[in-house]
Amino acid sequence: MCSYIIEKAKLVGTAKGPNGPWMKVDTANVYYDHPYEAQLDHALCVDFVCEAAGGRERVAIEISRESVLELMEKIKAALASGDASHTSAAACSLNGSQADVAALF
Amino acid sequence: MSYPGLVAETVKFKAHNGDEGEAYYARPSGAGKFPGVVLIHHMPGWDEWITEAVRKLAHHGFATIAPHLYFREGPGSPDDVGARVRAAGGVSDEQVVGDSRASAAYLRAQPHASGKVGVIGFCSGGRHAFLVACKAPGEFDALVDCWGGNVVVDDPKALNAKRPVAPIDLADSIKCPILGIFGNDDENPNKDQVNRTEAVLKKLGKDYSFHRYDGAGHAFFNASRVAYRAEQAADGWAKTFAFFHKHLG
Repeated sequence: MCSYIIEKAKLVGTAKGPNGPWMKVDTANVYYDHPYEAQLDHALCVDFVCEAAGGRERVAIEISRESVLELMEKIKAALASGDASHTSAAACSLNGSQADVAALF
Repeated sequence: MSYPGLVAETVKFKAHNGDEGEAYYARPSGAGKFPGVVLIHHMPGWDEWITEAVRKLAHHGFATIAPHLYFREGPGSPDDVGARVRAAGGVSDEQVVGDSRASAAYLRAQPHASGKVGVIGFCSGGRHAFLVACKAPGEFDALVDCWGGNVVVDDPKALNAKRPVAPIDLADSIKCPILGIFGNDDENPNKDQVNRTEAVLKKLGKDYSFHRYDGAGHAFFNASRVAYRAEQAADGWAKTFAFFHKHLG
C-alpha cells in the first residue's frame, strides 16, 4: 500500500503501554499497510491516541490480517457475553425481590 | 571503487521555508571531489535502514544526504514521528520538494563536492524523487526511483491538497536520466502502473532504464524486513551504483 490513507474511529477510554502510565484515548487511527516493526508484509495497524491532547503519544499495535479477523470475533463474543451477564445482574439488582438478592449470598 | 572509510553524522541544514532541518549525511573520508546524492526516505520515516542506505552509497563514493522529511513533527522515535505524520495526512509535496532542493544545495556547498547531484528515493520517497526531478529539473543530474507508489494515480483519494498532482503528469519536465527499480509482486506500484509509467517516459523521449524483478515485492532492498530479497537487492544496488557513476562521476 504505502499510502497515507487511514480510517479514524472515535473512542472513549484509556490505553497503556508496557512502561507508561494510562493515557486517555479518543481516537483510533486504523490502516492496513506495511508495518514498521512486525515481520509481516502487510499488517493491520492501530494507533490509539488522544487528539484532544495533541495526539503526539500513542499506544500502537501491528497485527496480521488473520489476527484481526479472530480478534474481531472475540470482541463480538466478549461483548455478547458481557451484555448478557450485565443484563442479568441489572435485572437482579434493580427488579429482584429481597429473596432474589438474598439468594445471591 | 569503494571507500571503507566514512564520515557519517547528523547535520543541520536550511530546509524548505527557511526552517532548520535535520539530515543524515555520510561521505567518503578520503580527499577528493565526490558526487552527491540526495536520498529521500521511505514512508515509515527516517529510520535505521535509511541511515544504512546513506552509508552504503557513501561507501561507493557518493556524498549522500537524507533529509528528515518529518523533522517538523519531532522529536521522537522514527515510528512515533511517522505515525504522527500519517495521522496528519502525510507531508506536502511542496514541502518535500523544498527540503530536497535544500539538501542538494547543502551538498553542493561542501568543500569536497564535485557539483554533480543525483536523487534516489524508496517507496513514497521514490515518488518524491520522481517529483523532485520534475519540479527542479536543473538541479539534479540523475534520478533513481525505487518502487515509488502513486507516480501514476488510479485512486482519486491519493490526490488532495498536499499531493495535488500525479507526478507522471509532470514527467515532460524531467531533464536527467532515470533509473527505475521495481518488484513484480509489488501492489503499489503494480506491474500495470510501472508499465504505464514507462510508456509515458518512452513517448516523451526520456533517457530511462527500468528493471523489474521477479520474486520481489515492495521494499526488497531492506535486509531487516521479510520483504528482503538478497539476489534481487544485490543486483538492484549494483545497477544503482553503476547508473550514478555513469551520470554523476
